[in-house]
Amino acid sequence: MKITKQEVEHVAHLARLEFQEEEKEKFTHQLNNILTYMEKLGEVDTANVEPETHAISLQNAFRGDAVRESLPHDLSLANAPDEAGSYFRVPKVIE
Amino acid sequence: MGLNELTIHELQDKIKKKDVSARAILDDVFKRIDAVEGKVHSYITLMRDSAYDAAESADRDIRAGKANTLTGIPVAIKDIMCTKGVRTTCGSHILHNFTPPYDATVVKKLKEAGAVFVGKANMDEFAMGSSTETSWFGVTRNPWDLERIPGGSSGGSASAVAADQCIAATGSDTGGSIRQPAALCGVVGLKPTYGRVSRFGLIAFASSLDQIGPFTKDVEDCAIMMNVIAGYDPMESTSVPMEVPDYQSFIGKDIRGWTVGIPKEYFIEGIDPEVEGAVRKAIAVLEGLGAKRVDISLPHTEYCLAVYYVIAPAEASSNLARYDGVKYGYRSADGRDLLEMYKRTRSEGFGAEVKRRIMIGTYALSSGYYDAYYRKASQVRTLIKRDFQEAFKTCDVIITPTSPTPAFRIGEKTDDPLQMYLSDIFTISTNLAGIPGISVPCGYTKSGLPIGVQFLAGHFEESRLLQVAHAYEKHSGIRRRRPVI
Repeated sequence: MKITKQEVEHVAHLARLEFQEEEKEKFTHQLNNILTYMEKLGEVDTANVEPETHAISLQNAFRGDAVRESLPHDLSLANAPDEAGSYFRVPKVIE
Repeated sequence: MGLNELTIHELQDKIKKKDVSARAILDDVFKRIDAVEGKVHSYITLMRDSAYDAAESADRDIRAGKANTLTGIPVAIKDIMCTKGVRTTCGSHILHNFTPPYDATVVKKLKEAGAVFVGKANMDEFAMGSSTETSWFGVTRNPWDLERIPGGSSGGSASAVAADQCIAATGSDTGGSIRQPAALCGVVGLKPTYGRVSRFGLIAFASSLDQIGPFTKDVEDCAIMMNVIAGYDPMESTSVPMEVPDYQSFIGKDIRGWTVGIPKEYFIEGIDPEVEGAVRKAIAVLEGLGAKRVDISLPHTEYCLAVYYVIAPAEASSNLARYDGVKYGYRSADGRDLLEMYKRTRSEGFGAEVKRRIMIGTYALSSGYYDAYYRKASQVRTLIKRDFQEAFKTCDVIITPTSPTPAFRIGEKTDDPLQMYLSDIFTISTNLAGIPGISVPCGYTKSGLPIGVQFLAGHFEESRLLQVAHAYEKHSGIRRRRPVI
């Protein structure tokens, strides 16, 4: 077993997801299959190989620090599930 | 023959001669949509009213002699690209009510070129899938056989073009999501080089792999679409400030003296014999055109899938953290505090495949596993990229099957994620290396399903792909069929 049900629960919490008991079992099984498949990567000798994070070499993309048009308040809030004035409203954070 | 069956360049000619109006083209497109959409389900959202407004304005431009490249051409947009004022769902419940306040750069460019948007095309949820079965809005069916999948994730774009429910479409390709459905639906699909087309306004899946490209009825149309959408965008810092060639000027050029690489790792056991046969025939066609074949090796091919299924979910888990029920999209009604609201919203809003990938990605990036998975995969990715660099020292383009099999049956692979992932086995390496790839129809199976052949070239060599693909298309001797729905 690469991953246990307890680990699945922990990872789910990190990802802000929750699952029913039977979903947890199913996910544990499927994730194990997928992670086992990924063990293949261990066969490859990668000593002294730099990791590639972007396929083409890019320098930092800077732009001038100039004020530009941005989304106005009302449009920024237009899709909000819940808003109050010029704020997004959420359930309480602390007791 | 309806106007909806024509290509962009054929319609451009008719428009120039004032033989047809944008309205007449759109009428034929919607007549077709009304006839087959109930069976195929290419679209999540149809844009009938705004399309007729756009056609009217196109006709004014045509009468005034001000027709642009795509004036009056009906185009479908994959529902992963933001369209100002038009719902953009990404195939997900969590964005089912999201109306973007701005256009993606590609959408803006198409609009400026005169395109008429027909609708938002169906797709796998968040582009995660190879069959368009994971869409919250229901499956899209392959126009060639309604019991089969159209491929994915851009399945709706591919089926809409194949079924003549539009003239061309946009798609996005993270591991094959343009090329595989193009192959399975019998149309042309191009994934450009990473950085060639702006992704501003494209809903992110895996940021180091995602790229936007066109679906068209033939190769020349693909060049026309690329002329419109390619280029640097100051709003997208990974787009590359590099001159864009006139892609259409490569259409019709011969490939005499070219070297075509055949990677032995792509002609393996498990590949459908009819697919292999069709691709072998395509190689012979190229030889007949004066190209030389050379056997090459891409030795790390067998690791591509594992690398991809670490990197893509890892990046997705990070990109999809933004769906929290606060700023836009779905929010669960019964979260008592903030944490519970996040969890309920995400658990109710995402489908099973998306959750599975978020879980894999979160695990791969979590403390103690980062080096073993993400870093290791990124190192192997370097080796995969080097394989291609080496290969292109000995050949101009590489030829492979696009997909190991023709379209499979709906439901056939939904219970086994690994089996589903394997259908991308020939397309994934392209994204990992950042190079461009095109899929072109290369025949049909005995049962009448389309087969696609894939060409690959070095970074920013889309023009080469279009040149070889067009030469092949013109001389393949394959009579174009249309699906009967």
